[in-house]
Amino acid sequence: MQLQKQASRLDKLMASRLWKSIFRSGRGASTLHRSMAIQQNVFLHILPTKVRRRMLNFDATWYLGTLTLGTFLLLVITGILLMFYYHPSVPQAYADMKDLRYVVSSGLFLRNLHRWSAHAMVLLAFAHMFRVFYRGAYRPPREFNWVVGVILLLVTLLLSYTGYLLPWDQLAFWAITVGSNISSAVPVVGHKIHFLLLGGNLVNANALLRFYVLHTVILPLAAVLFIAVHFWRIRKDGGLYVQQSEPARETAEEARADENTQQVVVKQ
Amino acid sequence: MTGPSDYIAGVSSDARKAPRRVVFVTRRTSAHVRSVDEEQVQTWPEALFRAALIVEMLVIALVLISLFFNAPLEGIANPTVTPNPAKAPWYFLGLQEMLHYFPPVVAGVMIPTLLVVALVVIPYFNINIRPDGVFLKHRRRNLTVFYVVAVSLSLFLWFFDVYVALVPTLVAAAFMLIAAYSGPQSPGRFRRYLVSRPVSWWIMTWFLLELVVLTMVGTFFRGPGWSWVLPWRS
Ligand code: HEM
Repeated sequence: MQLQKQASRLDKLMASRLWKSIFRSGRGASTLHRSMAIQQNVFLHILPTKVRRRMLNFDATWYLGTLTLGTFLLLVITGILLMFYYHPSVPQAYADMKDLRYVVSSGLFLRNLHRWSAHAMVLLAFAHMFRVFYRGAYRPPREFNWVVGVILLLVTLLLSYTGYLLPWDQLAFWAITVGSNISSAVPVVGHKIHFLLLGGNLVNANALLRFYVLHTVILPLAAVLFIAVHFWRIRKDGGLYVQQSEPARETAEEARADENTQQVVVKQ
Repeated sequence: MTGPSDYIAGVSSDARKAPRRVVFVTRRTSAHVRSVDEEQVQTWPEALFRAALIVEMLVIALVLISLFFNAPLEGIANPTVTPNPAKAPWYFLGLQEMLHYFPPVVAGVMIPTLLVVALVVIPYFNINIRPDGVFLKHRRRNLTVFYVVAVSLSLFLWFFDVYVALVPTLVAAAFMLIAAYSGPQSPGRFRRYLVSRPVSWWIMTWFLLELVVLTMVGTFFRGPGWSWVLPWRS
């Protein structure tokens, strides 16, 4: 009874002028409407409107790319909440960690969730890469999406690495010291790179600020941008790669030749 | 431009199942489509619901972990007190292990650069696209290349005392030997599986093995002065 009432309210809402003005796809469960729900939405339209049923099985992709995206979204949410309590300055940054633990309600949980999700994202991005490789999904015409993937892996690693410094404890300080010293080993310009990265010769307050800006602004933006390209390319490359449904090609040229002569499909 | 008489156009009949498809067949090509027709479903709601469900399960798992395990927090950063060992985050410990054997230019600059380049170029080389088992075609040549690469790599690692990387290399080489001296008719499913693996599979699997072993060693088995320790005896 109650449920029915709610459902009819929802129906009414979705039939309202306001709703229709916001969501272009309109109401309905027809295939057309369901396609429009994707195609007429600025965020969803980078996805294909249809997918091969086989690729929804767990053993096709192990959903590792989806899970990587899930951790990223969780990190954005918890990260923004953490930003309300965090000052990227010495020694306040460390005091904020203590506050998160002992003063802020659920602060410890928030920090835990952000930290464990970050580890999970790195692990999942690696796992996703190997899964994509082992099912051969890097083959033409998907080679550039593989490259976008490698960029995403690097962005993920950098995000995790820049975040590592922010608590400003011994663990953070020395991990970044060990890591950033390596950049001095680059021939000729090594010391310049090292200085540029840290804003000084040592890990200090300047380095903290730089890592903070990279971690909260530049790298997340880069991640969003390349994730968008990654998803759009999946659609443009003909959906997820399925063994057998596409002929095994020996070479990239063969794949290209197949594409050009065999079937010219007008995509919507 | 081809004139209109150079091709014929056909329209897919089943407009209810798939978006309208038009196929142009030019005169000089035969009209065969090798790919099989696949059953398709709508992204909304079929795919998006599944994605939401699996992400929810992930969130639940991470929330549980976060309720029971606290993120580490040590004393405030102190440039005058160096912990021993000072470890990088876990995903860089493989490289830090290399830093133990090679100068920073090699371990910190050359190896990572080579790794990234190697990953990027994978799909651009036909050798990584060929699907057949490495020793099934051009057997003699590939066998020679395999022996040269495996032996020189092992000697190199042995020479620099990099036993942590040598062991996975030898394991991978042993499995490749099994593949080399088995055939598609060999007994045992595992052997036949190894026989069918292309060269790109072997390289990637060797890399994965090294990655896992080096990261585990760096995380659990390295202590003060980067000496061997046992994690359960700290
Ligand atoms: C932030 C990191 C990443 C996110 C969020 C992400 C997301 C996704 C998702 C959701 C898919 C759909 C299918 C699936 O789950 O496998 C996908 C496919 C793909 N990913 Fe990623 N990915 C990331 C990193 C990578 C990396 C590191 C690589 C490889 C170096 C990669 C290469 C690919 C390729 C080639 C496909 C297409 C597979 C096909 O056509 O079947 N991605 N990605």
